[in-house]
Amino acid sequence: MDTVFLIAAALKIGVFIGITMSFVSVCVIFERRFSAIIQDRVGPNRTMVPLSILGFKKDLALPIGGLTQPVADGLKFILKEDFTPSYVRKFFFWIAPALVVVPALLTMAVIPFGSPLELDGHYIPMAVADLNVGPLFIFAIASLSVYGITLAGWASNSKYPFFGGVRSCAQMISYEIALGLSIIPVLMMFGTLNLGHIVEYQTHHGWLLLPLWGEGLELQRWILLIPMAIAFVIFTTSIFAETNRMPFDLPECETELVGGYHTEYSSMKFALFFMGEYAAMVVGSALIVTLFFGGWSLGFGIDQMLPMGEWWVSLLHIAVFLAKVTFFILFFILVRWTVPRFRYDQLMNLGWIVFFEAALINVFLAALVIARPSIGTGGFLGGLAILFVVTILLIKIAKSAAHRPSHSTI
Amino acid sequence: MATIKVERPKLSAGEKIYFGAIFKGMLITLRHAYRSLLGKSTGASDLNSSGIGITMQYPEQKWDHQLPEYYRGTPALVTDEQDRERCVSCQLCEFICPPKAIKITPGEIPSDDEWAKVEKRPKEFNIDMIRCIYCGMCEEVCPEQAIYLRPDYVVTGNSRKDMVHDKNRLYEIGGKRVGLVNKWNDLK
Repeated sequence: MDTVFLIAAALKIGVFIGITMSFVSVCVIFERRFSAIIQDRVGPNRTMVPLSILGFKKDLALPIGGLTQPVADGLKFILKEDFTPSYVRKFFFWIAPALVVVPALLTMAVIPFGSPLELDGHYIPMAVADLNVGPLFIFAIASLSVYGITLAGWASNSKYPFFGGVRSCAQMISYEIALGLSIIPVLMMFGTLNLGHIVEYQTHHGWLLLPLWGEGLELQRWILLIPMAIAFVIFTTSIFAETNRMPFDLPECETELVGGYHTEYSSMKFALFFMGEYAAMVVGSALIVTLFFGGWSLGFGIDQMLPMGEWWVSLLHIAVFLAKVTFFILFFILVRWTVPRFRYDQLMNLGWIVFFEAALINVFLAALVIARPSIGTGGFLGGLAILFVVTILLIKIAKSAAHRPSHSTI
Repeated sequence: MATIKVERPKLSAGEKIYFGAIFKGMLITLRHAYRSLLGKSTGASDLNSSGIGITMQYPEQKWDHQLPEYYRGTPALVTDEQDRERCVSCQLCEFICPPKAIKITPGEIPSDDEWAKVEKRPKEFNIDMIRCIYCGMCEEVCPEQAIYLRPDYVVTGNSRKDMVHDKNRLYEIGGKRVGLVNKWNDLK
C-alpha cells in the first residue's frame, strides 16, 4: 500500500503541477488572443519555432497561430536583465515573488482533477492530497499569497509599490470574509468538506447550479438553487478580488500606481508575480468548477454508465475537468475586458457593506431552505418573513454606514 | 458666475444591483469577439482587414493604393524620355544632404558619347538609407530634376551594406520620368 501510495503521490504531484503550469501559459495565450479579438485586433499570431537560431535555414512556421507565444514570453523573461535597485530591502525583495507563486501552486494539491483510479483494488484519488478540509485548506494557503504582495510593496522601498501592497492587504481581508461565508451554504448542502466527495455527490445528484438529473429533479433542489446562485455570485466575485483580477486589480492598477507592487521588479522575478496571478486564477476556476459545476463529472447521468476506476475513464474525466476550467478562464478574461476597475472606496463598500451582509443572510436563507422539509410550509414562510425583516434592517444599517458626511475630506 | 449644482442621477433598483449592466456589457464584448472572429467588425472592410478584427496584417497586405502620388518615400534617380541619366553629378544634393547620406563619385562622359555635351554623369551614386531622413532637400536642390522622392517606403536589408542604394538600384526605383524640362536636347 505504502509504496503504491508514495509512487502515485509523486506521479500526481509531477503531473498536476505540470498541468497547472501549462495552464498558466494557456492563460497567457488566451488572455492575449481573446482580449485582442474582443478589441477587434489580431493578437500575437505569428510566433514560430525559431529553428534559425539553432543553425537551420528557416524558421518552422506551423499553422498554429502563435501558440508558441508563451514560450517566447518565458524566454524573454529569463534572458532579460534581473535588476535589483540599490535601495530595496534585499532579503524580502527576493523572497516576495516566491511567496506569491508557492501558495498558488500549493492550493492545487486538494483539487480533484479526475475520478479515482482503481489499481490493485486500491482507489487512488486524482488529487495530490485527498484532504477532508479541502476548501479550508485552499482559503488558508491562498490567503498567504497576500504576504508576498505586501512584502514586495514594502521591500521595494518606493511609494507606489507600497500603496499597492497596502491596498492588496486591505482588499484581501475584506474579501476573504465574503469568500469564506459565501460557500457555507454550499457546504451545508453537501455536508462534507472533502472536495472529492463533493464532486462525487454532484455526479449522482446533479451539479449544484445545474440540477438536471438524479435527486436534482426534486422541487427542493430547485428552491435551493436561489441561495446557491447568490453564493455562486458572491464566491466568484470574491475569487476575482482574491486573485487580483481586473475589476479588483487595485494592487497593480497601472493608471494610479505605475505598476503597483511589482513596479521595481524585472525579469524572472516579475514573471513569478505574473505566474502567481495566473496560477491563482487557474486554482480559482478549478475551485468554482469543483464546487458549483460538478468538477470532473460529465453530468446528465453519463458518469453512472461508465466503468469507474478504468484508466481511460479517469483520463476522460480529467479532460472534462480541464475543459470546464478553460471555460472559466475564458470567463475571467471576458470579465477583465468588460468591467472597468473599481474605485478604492467602492471596492471597500462592496466588500464590507454588500457582500459580507449578503453572504451572511444567504447562510440563513440556505439553512431555511434546507430545513424546509422538516419544519413544514408554515415554519418555512414564517422564517422567510423574519429573514426579510432582518434583511431590510441590515440594508438600512448598511446605508447609514455607507453615508458620508458632506464635509468629508476624502 | 452662478454656481450650477449638478445633481447625481437617481438610480433605479435594477441599476443599483449592477449585475444587469455587467451582463449587458459582457454581451457587448462577446458580440465584438464574435464579429471580429468572422471579420465583420465595424469598419473591417473599409480598413482592408485580414479577416480577424479590423487589423490589416502588414507585410502580406499593404495599402499602397492609398498612398498619394506625391508621397515622399525613398529618394531615387530618374531618366528622361530618351533614357538619359538626368543627373549631371553637380553634387549639390550631396552637399545639402543634412545627414550626409548621399555619396557621389562624378565621372566624365566620353566625347564620342551621344550626350557628350552634358559632360558629366555620376560614376557612382550611393544613398545610405540608414542615414536618409526623407527630408526631400535633394529633390528641392537638384537643378536637373534628376532626383525625386518616390512612393516606395519598404527599405529593408540584412546588413548595413544592403541598406546602401547604389546607382542601379536608384534608377530601378526611380524609373523613367516624362514631361520634365529638357535643356540638353530638342524635345523640350
